[in-house]
Amino acid sequence: MNFNIEKIRDDFPILKEQVYGKPLVYLDNGATTHKPQVVIDTVKEIYEKQNSSIHRGIHYLSEKMTEDYEEARDTARKFINALSTTEIIFTHGATSAINAVAFSFGEKFVKEGDEVLISEMEHHSNIVPWQMLCERKHAHLKVIPFNDNGELDMDAYKEMLTGKTRIVAVNHASNSLGTVNPVKEITRLAHEKNIPVLIDGAQIVQHGEVDVRDIDCDFFVFSGHKVFGPTGIGVLYGKEKLLEEIPPYQGGGDMVDCVTMGKTTYNELPFKFEAGTTNYTGAIGLAKALDYVSGLGISNIVAYEQQLTEYAAEKLAAIDGLKIFGNAGKRISVFSFHLADIHPYDAGMVLDKMGIAVRTGTHCTQPVMDHYDISGTIRASMVLYNTKEEIDLLVSALERVRKMFSK
Amino acid sequence: MSIKAIQDEIIEEFSMFEDWLDKYDYLIELGNELPEIDPGQKSDENLISGCQSKVWLDAEYKEGKVWFQADSDAIIVRGIVALLIKVLNGQPPKEIIDNDLHFIDEIGLKQNLSPTRSNGLVAMVKKMKLYAIAYQAKEG
Repeated sequence: MNFNIEKIRDDFPILKEQVYGKPLVYLDNGATTHKPQVVIDTVKEIYEKQNSSIHRGIHYLSEKMTEDYEEARDTARKFINALSTTEIIFTHGATSAINAVAFSFGEKFVKEGDEVLISEMEHHSNIVPWQMLCERKHAHLKVIPFNDNGELDMDAYKEMLTGKTRIVAVNHASNSLGTVNPVKEITRLAHEKNIPVLIDGAQIVQHGEVDVRDIDCDFFVFSGHKVFGPTGIGVLYGKEKLLEEIPPYQGGGDMVDCVTMGKTTYNELPFKFEAGTTNYTGAIGLAKALDYVSGLGISNIVAYEQQLTEYAAEKLAAIDGLKIFGNAGKRISVFSFHLADIHPYDAGMVLDKMGIAVRTGTHCTQPVMDHYDISGTIRASMVLYNTKEEIDLLVSALERVRKMFSK
Repeated sequence: MSIKAIQDEIIEEFSMFEDWLDKYDYLIELGNELPEIDPGQKSDENLISGCQSKVWLDAEYKEGKVWFQADSDAIIVRGIVALLIKVLNGQPPKEIIDNDLHFIDEIGLKQNLSPTRSNGLVAMVKKMKLYAIAYQAKEG
C-alpha cells in the first residue's frame, strides 16, 4: 500500500499542536476534519492576491476568480462523478443543501397527505428540514427503523415505499453508528416506484469513493469541512432534470436572468440556486481539498482506514466494560461507545485533559440514542491521518478513566 | 462563613493540585460524597436539562437563609454542583444575589460553566440566583 502516513501527517499543521502541554490526539473527525497546508495556503493566497467578486465583474481579478470558482465546480463534479457542472450547486454545507431540497422539492412535489421517508439513524440535519416541510404541507414523516447492530431494516423499508412516498432521504454513512448504508440498493428500490432519493453524504466523502451515477441517487449532499476543506462550503448535487423542475429556494443577485418590478426570470443551472455572493474562497479551498484526497488515491485511503478501523474495533472491544453501539457489517472508522457506567460527559472531560479530543453526547442523532435508551455516547472518529499509535493512546487513556471513576 | 471566605478556601484547596487529573480526581470525590437527592426531587420541574448532562436543583427558604439540594447524572458535574452548594448554601438571599462566583475562574473550571458546554451548570447557577431573588422578593 502506497500510503506514507508520516508525510500525510506533516501535511496537516494542526496535528503538531499540543493541548494542556500534551500532544493533540484528534479523534473528533466526525464533527470536522483538519486542513492540509495546501488548502490553508490556497485560501490565504486568494485573499492576498486574487480576491474579487465572481460572475459579474468586468476586470481581470474578477474574471480570474470566476474561472477558478467554475473550475472548483468541475473538481467537485469529478470527485463524485456527476455528469455535468450544471448539477453541482455550492451551498453553505450539507445542512443548507438538505434544507434547499426540502424547500424547493417540497414546494413543487409534496402535498397534503404525502409521505417523506427518512431513517431512524439520520443526523438532525436530515430530520428537521423534512419535519418542517411536513408541517408546512401537512405531509407525514415516515421512519425506516434499524436493528441493534445499527443496520437499516430493508424489509421494513420496502414496505414503507408506497404510492404516497414523495422522497426518500437517508445518509450514506451514519455519524453516530459508523454504519455504511446500502445506498445503491435503497435508491434502486425507490426508483422502482419512481420515488426520488436524497443521499446525505456528509460522513462518506472523507472515507470512501462516491459515484453518484453508480448510486443513481437524485440528490447527494456533502460538507467541505468534513473532507479537509474550509468551513461554510458544501455541495448539493442534483440530477439536472429535477433541478430544472424545482423552484429556487432563495432569491437575490446572481440567481436571476432578468428582474423587473413586475416579474423576475431565473438564471440557468446551477446559478439558479446560488443567490447572492457565494463562498468562492471556500469553493476553491474545497476543490484543493478534494484534489488532495484524490492525489492520495481513494483506494489507498480506503485500505488504510480499513486497517485502522479493524485495529480500533479490536482494541476497543478488549477494554473491560466497553460497549460499542453500532456493529454494522460495513462501517467507517467511527465508534460510539460506553465505558462501564461512566457518564460519557465525565469520560470526555477527562480525556480532554489528556490531550485526546473525542465527542460526547447525542452527536445530533437523538433518535439513535432513544433506540438504545441511552442519553449519549463517547465517540471516537478517525480519518486518513490518524494512526494505530493514537488508538493505543486512546485505549490507555480509557483504561485510566475507568480507574478514576471506579474508586 | 461569608461567600467570599468559602470561595477563597476552595481556591486554596485547588491550588495544591499540580495536575488537571488530580483536580478531576478531587471533583469525582466531591461528586461521590454529595448526598443523593430524593427521587421525588428529581422531578421535571427541578430538571435543568443540558444536551450533555442533566442537573436537578431544588431550594428551600428557612429562617432567612437559602438551602439548595442538587444532583447530576455525571459525576464531575456533581462535583462542581457540590462546590456551588458549598459556596451558596445557608446564605441569605441578598448575599447570593450580590456575590459573584469568582472561584470558578480561579480554579480553572470556567470552560465547564460556559454556555456552549450545555451541561446544565450555567442554567443551574442562574436558577440559584433566581431562587434567591424570589425569596428576597417574598421578604419584601
